[in-house]
Amino acid sequence: MKLDLSLTVNGEAVSARIEPRMHLVDFLREVLDLTGSHAGCEHGVCGACSILVNGQMVRGCLMLAVQAEGAEVWTVEGLTETGAIAALQEAFVARNALQCGFCTPGMLVAAATLLKANPTPTREEIREGISGNYCRCTGYHAIIDAIEQAARA
Amino acid sequence: MKPAPFAYARASTLAEVFDALETHGDAARLLAGGQSLVAALNLRLASPSLLLDINGVAALRGVTFADGLLRIGALTRHAELGADPLVALHAPLLAQAVPHIAHAAIRNRGTIGGSLALADPAAELPACVLALEAVLVLASRAGERRVAAGDFFQGLYRTALRGDEVLAAVEVPPRAGASCTVQELARRHGDYAIVGLAAQSLGQGVQLAWFGVGAVPLRTPLAEAALAAGDIAGAQAALAGELDPPGDLHGPPALRLHLARVLLGRAAAALKGH
Ligand SMILES: Cc1cc2nc3c(=O)[nH]c(=O)nc-3n(C[C@H](O)[C@H](O)[C@H](O)COP(=O)(O)OP(=O)(O)OC[C@H]3O[C@@H](n4cnc5c(N)ncnc54)[C@H](O)[C@@H]3O)c2cc1C
Ligand code: FES
Ligand code: FES
Repeated sequence: MKLDLSLTVNGEAVSARIEPRMHLVDFLREVLDLTGSHAGCEHGVCGACSILVNGQMVRGCLMLAVQAEGAEVWTVEGLTETGAIAALQEAFVARNALQCGFCTPGMLVAAATLLKANPTPTREEIREGISGNYCRCTGYHAIIDAIEQAARA
Repeated sequence: MKPAPFAYARASTLAEVFDALETHGDAARLLAGGQSLVAALNLRLASPSLLLDINGVAALRGVTFADGLLRIGALTRHAELGADPLVALHAPLLAQAVPHIAHAAIRNRGTIGGSLALADPAAELPACVLALEAVLVLASRAGERRVAAGDFFQGLYRTALRGDEVLAAVEVPPRAGASCTVQELARRHGDYAIVGLAAQSLGQGVQLAWFGVGAVPLRTPLAEAALAAGDIAGAQAALAGELDPPGDLHGPPALRLHLARVLLGRAAAALKGH
């Protein structure tokens, strides 16, 4: 069984015909070739697949692509292009907040979501804001430093 | 991993939900927030032949207060529950539970109906509705029936929901002015609790509902009576006879019982400080 799907991704209208079992992050990566969003655990635990759907952060692996019918989706590629996360990206580089980079696209989406709701978070609030995103490399402190720096910029 | 193939359909009315459940029986699964079900599909722990998306069913949405009852639609997402002014006023215990549930991205999708229907023994909301003495509204073609929270949770991931029914809403008797607290211990913020407690006091009464201590959320009436009388040590001592927690990879039963006493002490302080 395949279904028609139409949605907006990073500001562009997109249509495709897909199997309902395809989750949204696979659709972005494999059909649209937007490989910035990563698929790690595929059961909601790691946050590497974090994206924005209708302005809200969601797990791309826990939403079926067919559920995004008519939705407005933003991924790290689109957020980069518009400059929406430029200050965060600069701070991540400056503070060595990434090593392998696997977690980074999801971290940036989580950080941008946090700063939108709370532009001057405490370190504790930053920790809570990224608590759903795993990083296996940095030990998190550099990421918290970077988000704090971007918030102060 | 990737899910096995399934057919997908969207329902926009309860009648369409009942039709699908009648036609497909056990082979159909309702999809609400998907924050447990899609994970189970990805892991192939579930392989329904039809996934029926209920997100478009308006009758399952919304929070209202009428005739002295707070009614919370099954599709109310965790994030909405935490931000709703009617919930904050009439059932603050539910609002307080929200920050403990998973992480922001999951709270944006997961629903109260999904959490109650799933009945994970370590989940916050089942214990909260038990503490609130809420009533769950189960809808089927035959109409609605109301089941007390205490009768709804029947075993590990087992509830009073029949195969032809959908959980439509939760009705909460108002608790304006109650002091309440949700206490839990988890390995990391947002993880399911090792032990948790939803506690409320209003007037002379205290309600304590525990999660993570057995197959279903539990009330502890002896500890409640002791705490209502101001006897915190007595309430903590009573737990040994009222809780029989399982041992698992977190530790032996004695550890959970100890942690429960610790949480009870914290809850007593939080309720008093209110
Ligand atoms: C990493 C991670 C961490 C989590 N941590 C926590 C936590 O700490 N605490 C916690 O409580 N939860 C936690 N969750 C689970 C989350 O809260 C889920 O949202 C919730 O358990 C299920 O709600 P849902 O709306 O997503 O339901 P779904 O996943 O859509 O459905 C779950 C089940 O309920 C059934 N169902 C859904 N709605 C109805 C209805 N109206 N009537 C009848 N049946 C229905 C479905 O058919 C399915 O069997 C976590 C999830 C993840 C991925
Ligand atoms: S891939 Fe989605 S949370 Fe890990
Ligand atoms: S930089 Fe490697 S996982 Fe975070």
